[in-house]
Amino acid sequence: MENVLDKYKTVAIADVKIWFKAGTIKDFPSNRGGCIKYKDKQIAVFNFERRNEWYACQNACPHKMEMVLSRGMTGSADNVPKIACPMHKKTFSLVDGSNLNGEDYSIATYPVKIVEDEVMIGFVD
Amino acid sequence: MIKIIVVGNGMVGYKFCEKFISKPGQEKYQITVFGEEPRRAYDRVHLSEYFAGKSADDLSMSTSNWYTENNIILNTSELITDINREDKTIHTHLETTHTYDYLVLATGSSAFVPPIKGVEKEGVFVYRTIEDLDAIMSYAKKIKANGSTEAAVLGGGLLGLEAAKAVRDLGLNPHVVEFAPRLMPRQLDKAASDMLQSKIEELNIGIHLNKATQYIDGAESITGMMFAEEELLKVDMLVVSAGIKPRDELGRVSGLEVGVRGGIVVNNKMQTSDPSIFAIGEVALYNHMIYGLVAPGYEMADVAAEQILGSDKVMRDTIDMSTQLKLIGVEVASFGDPFIENEEVTAIIFENKFNGTYKRINVTKDGKTLLGGILVGDSSDYNGLFQIYSNAMALPPNPEDLILGSRGGETSTLGNAMDLPDTAVICSCENVTKGAICCSITDGTCETLGDVVKLTKATSGCGGCKPMVVDLVKAAQKSIGKEIKETICEHFHYTRQELFDIVKINKYTNFYEVVDHHGSGDGCEVCKPIVASIFSSIYNDTANKHVTTQDTNDRYLANIQRNGTYSVVPRIAAGEITPEKLVVIGEVAKQFGLYTKITGAQRIDLFGATLNDLPEIWRILIDNGFESGHAYGKSLRAVKSCVGNAWCRYGMDDSTTFAIELENRYKGIRSPHKLKGGVSACIRECAEARGKDFGLIAVEGGWNLYICGNGGANPKHAVLLAEQIDKETVFKYMDRFLMYYIRTAGPLVRTATWLEKLDGGLDYLKEVIIHDRIGICETLESEMETLIGTYECEWKQVLEKPRLMQRFSHFVNSEDKDDNIEYVPVRDQKMPKSWNF
Repeated sequence: MENVLDKYKTVAIADVKIWFKAGTIKDFPSNRGGCIKYKDKQIAVFNFERRNEWYACQNACPHKMEMVLSRGMTGSADNVPKIACPMHKKTFSLVDGSNLNGEDYSIATYPVKIVEDEVMIGFVD
Repeated sequence: MIKIIVVGNGMVGYKFCEKFISKPGQEKYQITVFGEEPRRAYDRVHLSEYFAGKSADDLSMSTSNWYTENNIILNTSELITDINREDKTIHTHLETTHTYDYLVLATGSSAFVPPIKGVEKEGVFVYRTIEDLDAIMSYAKKIKANGSTEAAVLGGGLLGLEAAKAVRDLGLNPHVVEFAPRLMPRQLDKAASDMLQSKIEELNIGIHLNKATQYIDGAESITGMMFAEEELLKVDMLVVSAGIKPRDELGRVSGLEVGVRGGIVVNNKMQTSDPSIFAIGEVALYNHMIYGLVAPGYEMADVAAEQILGSDKVMRDTIDMSTQLKLIGVEVASFGDPFIENEEVTAIIFENKFNGTYKRINVTKDGKTLLGGILVGDSSDYNGLFQIYSNAMALPPNPEDLILGSRGGETSTLGNAMDLPDTAVICSCENVTKGAICCSITDGTCETLGDVVKLTKATSGCGGCKPMVVDLVKAAQKSIGKEIKETICEHFHYTRQELFDIVKINKYTNFYEVVDHHGSGDGCEVCKPIVASIFSSIYNDTANKHVTTQDTNDRYLANIQRNGTYSVVPRIAAGEITPEKLVVIGEVAKQFGLYTKITGAQRIDLFGATLNDLPEIWRILIDNGFESGHAYGKSLRAVKSCVGNAWCRYGMDDSTTFAIELENRYKGIRSPHKLKGGVSACIRECAEARGKDFGLIAVEGGWNLYICGNGGANPKHAVLLAEQIDKETVFKYMDRFLMYYIRTAGPLVRTATWLEKLDGGLDYLKEVIIHDRIGICETLESEMETLIGTYECEWKQVLEKPRLMQRFSHFVNSEDKDDNIEYVPVRDQKMPKSWNF
């Protein structure tokens, strides 16, 4: 089961090789998540409309490896945008993927850019 | 100005500066710091977080202008090469000379590398500085690109296990190699080590104990480690973390007294053999020991600062080496003397291999004193045990209760934090006592927990003491009569009841209106569902209206299960169902491959529905006369009933009909927590009505109405609200009772707890809802009437509006279902593959 997580490594915007068109803005609900499929990866994409920001991270919650983060609730902690897993309410920063409950596991995050109406997610491969 | 030079800018060197400048009299001194590393002091304890994405700046102990602000001169990347004790000068590798009045050596330690043949090979690293980590990271990247997967860590102590986690974070399979027969040999006994080992091995980390490495194999770079038994472990990288070696070179060149195995000898004033030179932290040899923990280092920094300023504070004779930490996700703690067991001392050991916990306490045979212990897998008892140990507090009559918990009453054996003496050290990293924490509140210096943390620095080290500090602050606030408000979360400084009124008065209908006007930030998983539930309770908005702020179960109108699929529960009011409808449920389950089980509330639960299938399942159910059972909501679940006088020869009344009427009356209404009801047709109570939030029992001359019971974790019998009343009166009292509860209860507070906390208790509640003492009965009734009159089935709403259907697809950009779901068979049905990590 550990290898589910091996697929997901944080991508820095400078390292992006492929900008994948995930859909148009209206395909994604506002202020919550949608999940997209890219090759064998599941990526949760959040339109944080209230802050006019977009975020993307692995859809797998590293706690129990279920593909559910896109169905979690968005929010903020000390003004850092975060996502709470719907399973056991583990929360992660959407900015750097760090665990906000003080546990060891964290999540991989991916850059998002909006070009006209297209939502593009950055990958290295 | 009196000149102090601090050599070394690690955690302890920094702490010396921080302590010094906070003390009276420091104005007359000028501190100059020399560090050989290029950056400011950083937190080495949390070094492995660098691999998990923290930057060097995140780990820094201070901000970039802290030194200038505090008038401290910081010279980084400058190594001190010599001390001239006669002239009181130091000499740096940049050929500069500086004079001092006091010299503080905080040079720390370097990694100890055992003299194994081949350690100089490429791919062998130590684990000590950010530069080491950068080198490890880039090498790991290189070998991974060549297909390597295995890496070793030499050393199974604290640091070694931290390093193993770091190696794993880099995407390599770590192998921990330890010379001793157990892990963390200084802190754990064999059984504790075995428990830790099995937990770590579950995470695919190899553990190799009792291994003496003969040589490092490989031509130029490492390809393996050869053990004494001619056994070869193939690895392409090795991180050495086998202990520390004090950086005592300066002491040696300048002729200070040093220990046989290294370290600059100090007395209890932290003075070296030269009274104007102090040594602190991992370079200092105190009581023939080097202390590799942060807490003693910080205490040494404090003693040295006090001594220079002329106080007589000295170091304690015995230094506590207790530790509590989380290693690779496993909680481990060790305190006092973890191993002691002799004629006067006996060990009490509790081991649970099922959930992987090991607890040991060492108690004197008279059962009066706790001398030390070990906790693996669950260290939640650590704070309490440590306090009992360090304050030599009395033990309970059965000392085993300390680790097993009291198995009788409800009182905690570890007692109340307020029972501790004022001198008890709560935060051992920063050496903060209970007295200091409580006084800061009672004397008015601090108001909140945040103020206390800022002032005392308690909890800012390892953070293990946080629960106790929170308790003490609360108790101290209470002791000065300060009202402690149970606010919802960081976004709202209101209770649920206050928020309820705010929403109602201002007629808000959207979460962001509420948070923008009365809160801060963007909300969170705590406040969003509370506000959504308040909207529902006031306007009877169904969950479909507040999709963004609902919890997952309300958002998808189904209950999320272990593998991310959902379960579906249609309403079967009072458990009464026709054979035709039973067949429909069976057909649906067969068509969608669902696991079926009868619930405790006389309903049928269908498990394993994928997100994409939910609407189609509902369509079939609704077409056949079913509706949502609201099993996912904080709302009425079911009203359980016995069969009643329709069939039963003892029945006094028609309980099934009444239960159906009650269930239909209150279905869909959102409340602070779930609601359950029961109706029994006689006092045999087959429907277990007194274990519910509301229960009715038929008696001669009417119904007895009971309220505020529940099953679950803290079972509570419902209490009698009214006797021998007719149905109409039952509805009247029920409407008032439920509405009053919905308006005033805290979030996720069930009726039993609500009643317990209600000032005046049951008598007061009777006054309010039976005798209308505060004149709100009419309002309560009309509010309830609105709710009852506006009921809609949420499943049906979704099916009727294609816009609402959008959310029932796993992927935004594909029709596929989640391919991560795996099942195993169970008794002719199926269940999700288990979580085995």
